[in-house]
Amino acid sequence: MSHNGVNGSPPRGKVLTLDSMNPNVKRVEYAVRGPMVQRAVQIEKELKEGVKKPFTEVIKANIGDAHAMGQKPITFLRQALALCSYPELLDDDKFPEDAKKRARRILQACGGHSIGAYSASQGIEFIRQDVARYIERRDGGIPSNADNIYLSTGASDAIVTMLKLLVSGEGRDRTGVMISIPQYPLYSAALADLAAVQINYYLDEDKCWSLDVTELRRSLTAARQHCNPRALCIINPGNPTGQVQSRQCIEDVIRFAKEEHLFLMADEVYQDNVYADGCEFHSFKKVLFEMGPEYSSTVELASFHSTSKCYMGECGFRGGYMEVINLDPDVKAQLTKLVSVRLCAPVPGQALLDLVVNPPQPDEPSYASFMKERTAVLAALAEKAKLTEEIFNKVPGIRCNPVQGAMYTFPCITLPQKAIDQAKEKGQQPDMFYCMKLLEETGICLVPGSGFGQRDGTYHFRMTILPPTDKLKFVLEKISDFHQQFTVDFS
Amino acid sequence: MSLLRDISPKVRNIRQSELEALRRQACQMKQGVKNLFKDVIDVSWGDPHSAGIKPLSFVRQVLASCFYPQLTNSEKLPVDVRQRAQRLLGACDGGSVGSYTPTGGIAQIQQSISKFISQRDGGVPSFPENIFITSGAQRSLVLFFKMLVNSEGSPKTGVLMPMPSYSIVTMALESLGAAIVPCYLNEEQGWELQVCELHRALQSAKGVCKPIVLYVINPGNPSGYVQSRKSMREVIQFAAEEKLVLMADEVYQDTVFGEGTEFVSYKRVLAEMGPPLSETVELASFHSASKGFMGECGLRGGYVELVNLDPTVMKYVYTLFSTDTCAPVTGQIALDLMVNPPQPGDPSYAVFNKETQSIRAILVHNAKRLLEVLNSLPGFNCQPVNGGLFAFPRLHLPPGALQKAKEVGMPPDIFYCNRLLEEAGLCVSPGCAHGQREGTHYIRICIMTSPDTMEEVLRRLTTFHVKFMNDFS
Repeated sequence: MSHNGVNGSPPRGKVLTLDSMNPNVKRVEYAVRGPMVQRAVQIEKELKEGVKKPFTEVIKANIGDAHAMGQKPITFLRQALALCSYPELLDDDKFPEDAKKRARRILQACGGHSIGAYSASQGIEFIRQDVARYIERRDGGIPSNADNIYLSTGASDAIVTMLKLLVSGEGRDRTGVMISIPQYPLYSAALADLAAVQINYYLDEDKCWSLDVTELRRSLTAARQHCNPRALCIINPGNPTGQVQSRQCIEDVIRFAKEEHLFLMADEVYQDNVYADGCEFHSFKKVLFEMGPEYSSTVELASFHSTSKCYMGECGFRGGYMEVINLDPDVKAQLTKLVSVRLCAPVPGQALLDLVVNPPQPDEPSYASFMKERTAVLAALAEKAKLTEEIFNKVPGIRCNPVQGAMYTFPCITLPQKAIDQAKEKGQQPDMFYCMKLLEETGICLVPGSGFGQRDGTYHFRMTILPPTDKLKFVLEKISDFHQQFTVDFS
Repeated sequence: MSLLRDISPKVRNIRQSELEALRRQACQMKQGVKNLFKDVIDVSWGDPHSAGIKPLSFVRQVLASCFYPQLTNSEKLPVDVRQRAQRLLGACDGGSVGSYTPTGGIAQIQQSISKFISQRDGGVPSFPENIFITSGAQRSLVLFFKMLVNSEGSPKTGVLMPMPSYSIVTMALESLGAAIVPCYLNEEQGWELQVCELHRALQSAKGVCKPIVLYVINPGNPSGYVQSRKSMREVIQFAAEEKLVLMADEVYQDTVFGEGTEFVSYKRVLAEMGPPLSETVELASFHSASKGFMGECGLRGGYVELVNLDPTVMKYVYTLFSTDTCAPVTGQIALDLMVNPPQPGDPSYAVFNKETQSIRAILVHNAKRLLEVLNSLPGFNCQPVNGGLFAFPRLHLPPGALQKAKEVGMPPDIFYCNRLLEEAGLCVSPGCAHGQREGTHYIRICIMTSPDTMEEVLRRLTTFHVKFMNDFS
């Protein structure tokens, strides 16, 4: 039986070929897991096999994975999850009562009292209710209906589901979706897969990556020539840019969406990750409702959240949800049908989400340690955000906007023309060329800006601020040294 | 007017499963909303834990220890549990199950799976890089279909699908814009998948769609057949001749209990057929932790093994699967435990063996009882159930019932199932949700439930059925 990749002989008469496969899939790219990362994994293997390199480990500063970088899970969450998975532990007095109480409640709502049973495809009902209550508390009392909440496999699953609903039409009527440049490449990948038209609007790097309605208007007007724009996606706090949009900006976007009859998709997975003084997270829903019934009863909105980021960093659980506002009932019926095709979101992820929206209260045994752990995580991130901006801005040729929130920095790098030319000769994007060299020489894995989108003629990379402070300092210094050397070498 | 009224036809075209409506009603009845039955029994769905089957102790102990690693120091847990958890945690980035994993899954688990496959298949080599772990086998089915189905293409991409089938897979294909080409299993021959029928189906597709895939499910859902080696060889031969990619859904491979039946994988049969077929037929095999003895549907662990795929196409497969980032780690852990269970001599073996044997005995018992009871009732006829989790008995409804169903504007089997739910508090899946042949009627019953529940199911069904047949004769 032939082994793919080892068998050198050309494939004869295959049914599934580049020509016969789904053409949309060919257009899908996902830089966060792209060639940079694949090379990094290869290098790791080589290191393990004893190959000598100028470094001893690969530092994966490419993906927003907090635990991988040493952040500890929150004790309370893991205790409750252990109780859910092996209920015999409910008799173990080493577990706190508040964790047990929540575990019992979750198990009660599961088929056969097991997290191994399928849940309803929209998600366990009482968890959706708990999420609704959480949203209400967060948004100062604005009502949230559990019926409008869909639990998903990470936020990504819900985002792609909404895009599926939105994309239709042929030719000039094909759905266009506005996405920020730079953006998190899940959006561009999903749009390519759905053969939707990607409409780029540029964030303003000179104004700390803020969003400008004039730019939205420019982009939309141009797009109307060749497609049917229906949706506007915004990530706040931003990925990869880390900006936290002002309340005014959010209002402007909502107003724009209403005027131009656009469906708003608000990716808010980093809502707890806000560090800069003067910055505050404002949920799109809250602002929408505070703008009064003229807006709150008409603008169609989907907001997304997840258990992968914030202080939890539980990426591997694939927990998330979306809340839909002002969805036409017919459309909602279609949405409900669509989610049933994927059966249900992982139940441990649903359980985790329930714990996140129902954290220990001041009068409960786990409260003190929970708050201590949570505060420590967020404080460390804030410190690292500042450190990153400081160190990078000391380097000539690296210009770093303040990391106001999220988990990344997206500095602008000046590349010598020689390097740009050499990259082009190799058929590589210049920032990919830069990042590859960085990886080979230092073992540090970043994602080139070209994977996220950037203005023509500008180059960036995305680095996470997740490594522990000492290691982060090391990484920042290594990159700074590399950049200066690179500039010299290619001058 | 809402923006979204112009929804993609692919979404609109997904036929809402008739089963969904019934299950929703059953759920409402359970909550006492309709106040008729507080103990509605739902055997319409393949969800072992919901139906009262207990999770395996070893699995849950390891899972709990992975969630809360303090437990790996606990003397209360068996040594092999603690060691396995430590090993799995060691394979996770940062030692945490909260980290993302590589696209195809945690390398160590991909290796465990490929080792399992190779051992299962009598030594046929299996390579970890051809294995992709996903959120349930369903996810890898959908992603692999996506590779094959050109949703904007004209003519539509065709998928040959044995009927009866199960609604989730047909809904998935509809959402991708594929054309389903039904291939009717031969009920009288124990639901055999016959080559003549495959040829007929392919003929019928000419000028209608462009068939590129043959999907088979073995053991079968809903029909409980287990294919013979001979039948499988014929299917492989057919796929090779007609240039079809073969997708083998083998999620029920662990529940094979018919006397004299055994499961053999498509990969093994393909290998046994030797070159050139063994080196050219493109095959995707699927397995899952949701079925079998584990029944861990909620943990979402499944995988696909891809064989003989074009290496350049594999690069796109990798990118496509990457957009999910990775499978839930809980599902990945479940898979590791499924393919690498406690062995004789391990501290957990005794309990593990007892639990799995007991589940196996339940299945054998339930299948036997169901066949006994239903085949003795006029108007019911059920083929032997040799594997899987379901029975798919045929209903021979009296003309009066057909008439009444027509009057109320319902397909006859839905009419029957509705009545059954309302009058007996028993929820089963109507045959029309499974693509039955025109003019035939069936119900699907899950047999993976406690023996007491099964007796109650049979009691309620018998009482109801006898009365129904009387009322409408």
